[in-house]
Amino acid sequence: MNDVSKVVRGPGRSRYTPGVIPYAKMGYWDADYVPKDTDILAVFRITPQEGVDPIEAAAAVAGESSTATWTVVWTDRLTACDAYRARAYKLERVPGSADQYFAYVAYDLALFEAGSIANLTASIIGNVFGFKPVKALRLEDMRLPVPYVKTFQGPATGIVVERERLDKFGRPLLGATVKPKLGLSGKNYGRVVFEALKGGLDFVKDDENINSQPFMHWRDRFLYTMEAVNSASAHTGEVKGHYLNVTAATMEDMYERAEFARDLGSVIVMIDLVIGYTAIQSMAKWARANDMILHLHRAGHSTYTRQKNHGISFRVIAKWMRLAGVDHIHAGTVVGKLEGDPAIVAGIYDSLREPSSPANLQRGLFFEQDWASLRKVMPVASGGIHAGQMHQLLTYLGEDVVLQFGGGTIGHPMGIQAGATANRVALEAMVLARNEGRDIWNEGPEILAAAARHCQPLRAALDTWKDVTYQYASTDTVDFVNTATAT
Amino acid sequence: MRVTQGTFSFLPDLTDDQIRRQVQYALDKGWALGIEHTDDPHPRNTYWEMWGQPMFDLRDAAGVMSELRSCREAHPGHYIRINAFDSERGFETVRLSFIVQRPAEEPGFRLERTEDRGRMIRYRLHPYATDKPSGSRYGK
Repeated sequence: MNDVSKVVRGPGRSRYTPGVIPYAKMGYWDADYVPKDTDILAVFRITPQEGVDPIEAAAAVAGESSTATWTVVWTDRLTACDAYRARAYKLERVPGSADQYFAYVAYDLALFEAGSIANLTASIIGNVFGFKPVKALRLEDMRLPVPYVKTFQGPATGIVVERERLDKFGRPLLGATVKPKLGLSGKNYGRVVFEALKGGLDFVKDDENINSQPFMHWRDRFLYTMEAVNSASAHTGEVKGHYLNVTAATMEDMYERAEFARDLGSVIVMIDLVIGYTAIQSMAKWARANDMILHLHRAGHSTYTRQKNHGISFRVIAKWMRLAGVDHIHAGTVVGKLEGDPAIVAGIYDSLREPSSPANLQRGLFFEQDWASLRKVMPVASGGIHAGQMHQLLTYLGEDVVLQFGGGTIGHPMGIQAGATANRVALEAMVLARNEGRDIWNEGPEILAAAARHCQPLRAALDTWKDVTYQYASTDTVDFVNTATAT
Repeated sequence: MRVTQGTFSFLPDLTDDQIRRQVQYALDKGWALGIEHTDDPHPRNTYWEMWGQPMFDLRDAAGVMSELRSCREAHPGHYIRINAFDSERGFETVRLSFIVQRPAEEPGFRLERTEDRGRMIRYRLHPYATDKPSGSRYGK
């Protein structure tokens, strides 16, 4: 009964003397800890303040993202506090860096509520990112254990069922975002949708900031757009869709818009990342209950994903969104106008599309991840891409992807239908050639030129955009390559 | 109009040699080939008639092409497509599906609009071909 050694675990009775002691000594650092299969694992890139021991910084991150506060509290002893403490268990210097470290932290599953991204993120990225002893902090990757994954619905539809519903197999899907982003009336907006779909695209898309503005209220947009979708379907005999953006100020507004989209026969609705994790999960649930594909635009993410030393890697956002249950997510093009290192993008695509993926540091994947049959998310490649890059897009991104050519469709010199046709012909010709065993990476331009001989719109597209590339160094790159890339 | 369902409908109709190469690609992936035909091209007509079962055990492109010839002879006026089915876990679905024969005349679809409450419109896609009974739409 009075055997103190049985009562006071870990660091001993002195651990609970009032005052401030280092986090590492409070039990948040344990180099001998072997993570359990059921632990949630996270790896953070830590830049400690000058003079702060990196082990102490790692322990502090583990502490502040789990049970710790700045001082000792005796009330810890009313809990099984050892079990609730997150543990930093491994620390590695970032290759090629003088002051950055990768800290691996393990969290017991009991720290988390089932099926709640909000709860997960309130812990993992809650207070800790403003913690003074670290100069900068970035959540690089997470391992989500199977028992935790199984508490989430996952994608409302998933890649397999989406393709079966749309009756489209064997090639990437094609989309475009209506341009100009802002200012078109509902009737003029629908014209763009009709032309692009009739010309050969599978989807057209609202932009992230198209909601219900003075120039076009949402009901007008939905009504004219669905006229365009159905009319294009009648002209082609194909299932067509338009991502109707239901992003709005409140859940009630979003449900109202989504229900109207459903009643008009739309196959897909869209939301923006800025609506927040809980709203995304609610819409995923709604989409599952209403046979709807759910498209997510990652509006806002670059504010915290792009810089390497601070924020969250997009691969973590991608994993959270697979749990949360979206069907589409913008995930990088490699070749387009927006940020996207090839290896980083490959790692993100793996996290969205694979049933499981091994740790692969060259792709920025720090952990093995088993998705336990959770459905797959279709990545969307959008931003500054055109038909002349089709061989590169197919090589980098594979088949289960939506390729979105906005300017590359609507900006075509012969008109929107011609722009859509050029993209579709280029895509089908490239898939056909790849399947025949051609080396599309090297022969791509020849394959496109040959296809353009029976397709004048493709010829015009290739001529117009032949020299357009975006050759800028990526900001967010992998660390484990031959050449060190720390910021 | 030209029904543009299937993976390669925006290209000129595939030659038999091109079809055989796609079949070989699917066989090399370990997928099972199946031939299906229909005279109802509605985009939501999911279940076309199967020309026999998917050929799970046939690993020879020449065999598939021979089945395709038989199907074409029996249904010269129908749409015919080749599906490649992947039974790998995580897919268990069609991975490639392309049209290999279409009717000489494709009359297309009528879009019927029914005005509903407010400005709501209910849409219905009606293939002209299905005005006639199955079997007499495009010939056999």
